[in-house]
Amino acid sequence: MKSFFRMSYPYILWIAIFIVAPMLMILLYALTRMGNETLTFQFTLDNFARFFREPTFISVLIRSLRIALETTVLCILLGYPAALFIANLSEKKQTLMVLLLTLPMWINMLLKTYAWRGILQNFDLVSEMKVLIGMVYVFLPYMIIQIHTSISKMDRELFTAAYDLGANRWVTFKKVILPLSVPGIISGITLVFLPAVSSFVIPKLLGGGDYVLIGNLIEIYFITTGDWNFGSAISLIMALIIIASMYLTKKIDRNAQEE
Amino acid sequence: MKKKKKFLSSGYLILVLLFIYLPIAYVVLFSFNDSKSMTKFTGFSLRWYENMFNDRTMLQSIYYTVLVAVISTVVSTIVGTVTAIGLSKAKKVIRSAVLEVNNLPVMNPDIVTAIGLMLLFVSAKVQLSLVTLILAHISFSIPYVILSIMPKLRQLDDNVAEAALDLGATPVQALTKVIIPQIYPAILSGALIAFSMSFDDFVISFFTAGVGINNISMYVYSMKRFNPSVNALSTLIVVVVTVILVLVNIISSRMSKERKKEENV
Repeated sequence: MKSFFRMSYPYILWIAIFIVAPMLMILLYALTRMGNETLTFQFTLDNFARFFREPTFISVLIRSLRIALETTVLCILLGYPAALFIANLSEKKQTLMVLLLTLPMWINMLLKTYAWRGILQNFDLVSEMKVLIGMVYVFLPYMIIQIHTSISKMDRELFTAAYDLGANRWVTFKKVILPLSVPGIISGITLVFLPAVSSFVIPKLLGGGDYVLIGNLIEIYFITTGDWNFGSAISLIMALIIIASMYLTKKIDRNAQEE
Repeated sequence: MKKKKKFLSSGYLILVLLFIYLPIAYVVLFSFNDSKSMTKFTGFSLRWYENMFNDRTMLQSIYYTVLVAVISTVVSTIVGTVTAIGLSKAKKVIRSAVLEVNNLPVMNPDIVTAIGLMLLFVSAKVQLSLVTLILAHISFSIPYVILSIMPKLRQLDDNVAEAALDLGATPVQALTKVIIPQIYPAILSGALIAFSMSFDDFVISFFTAGVGINNISMYVYSMKRFNPSVNALSTLIVVVVTVILVLVNIISSRMSKERKKEENV
């Protein structure tokens, strides 16, 4: 049986080339002077300094974090009741609801965003509002499904026990259901916040040309301006912020569980 | 009182579904529009469907999308399955190290994975092309296949495969006759995830495809002026996806029913 391990050798080689090497390339580009197609190996921290010195870049970063946070909070507020209501349905209806929620996830995100562009043309909204609607639309099903999975896994006897001990519906929700569904909320946050911070299609299609998020900034520096080194530095900064916020979320979750 | 609550909760769920299906209904409606407008419905026509079938670049984008999705799904499902089985027999340290790296593309924002691959290809002097596009899709799909198979493998009883080997089965037979049949549903759901990831991908394709190679997402993104044929295309995709998902659900519920019957016998 031990010999079966040999079957994973090819993939270990594969991840060295296609996962580890690309990350190192980004790091190398971020730390060197402009060279685009060729790495220059002239090491510098200028790319990072440039980002933090320029107030426009900082405000783009803050805007991206803010809209991702707003999207996540809205998805939890709108998605939690939906997940709870679905979990209360009969088993057959639950399967149907989950199917109905997954179906649109299979339809191309750009096509759905284009449809929103058409719908939102009928209304006079500021760019940020349009982008927010688009983001909540795209990510809401993920949040609902994650929370629903964690609620439907719970032991129903717990709720009955809570009622028997004199808790009303609200207390049962607050003291039993909500704390037990925290892992579902956390994995929902991972699936929403992370792609929302880095999204560049939704802001571009719904926000018009003047609405720039950090993802758009990376695209501009790679495709339009052609400064790959600076673009790499921006994406590294973004990746670090995302990793830090994910770590923080998990830590808060763990502390809450211990209490 | 209870009835009122039920009324409220189903009302809310209907609202959520309306929100989720609104743009889809909107696109389907306007795919039959007589004019180019996306805000006024002027009359029924099939001209955008006709346009779509005459639009070479659009048809080509559909072709590339399907081609890349099929190849990357087949390759990533095979590699992912083989790797996951191998890893499940590895030492714990090695397994968790490999899984940690394997998780990177899942946790990383798409755009970071995308530029990483692009920088890799360009610095290795590999011209961006259909091949680099397919390689990129394979590499972001495998982690999802492994992630969907690993938990199922952990539930397996090692002794069964061990027993097969003791009874004279070759390792290949133990693999194909004992292990794979037990994890078949997980392989299938991994393949499904891989296909949908590839079919839907924009960001990674955008950075790793060669000039002139556009998938559907890239075609939509690069449209200079809105082409209403896109509505017709979306409608077709909605129909195909619905049919496939309904079929998959019917088949899987039939399979689980049969399994229950067998267990009862």
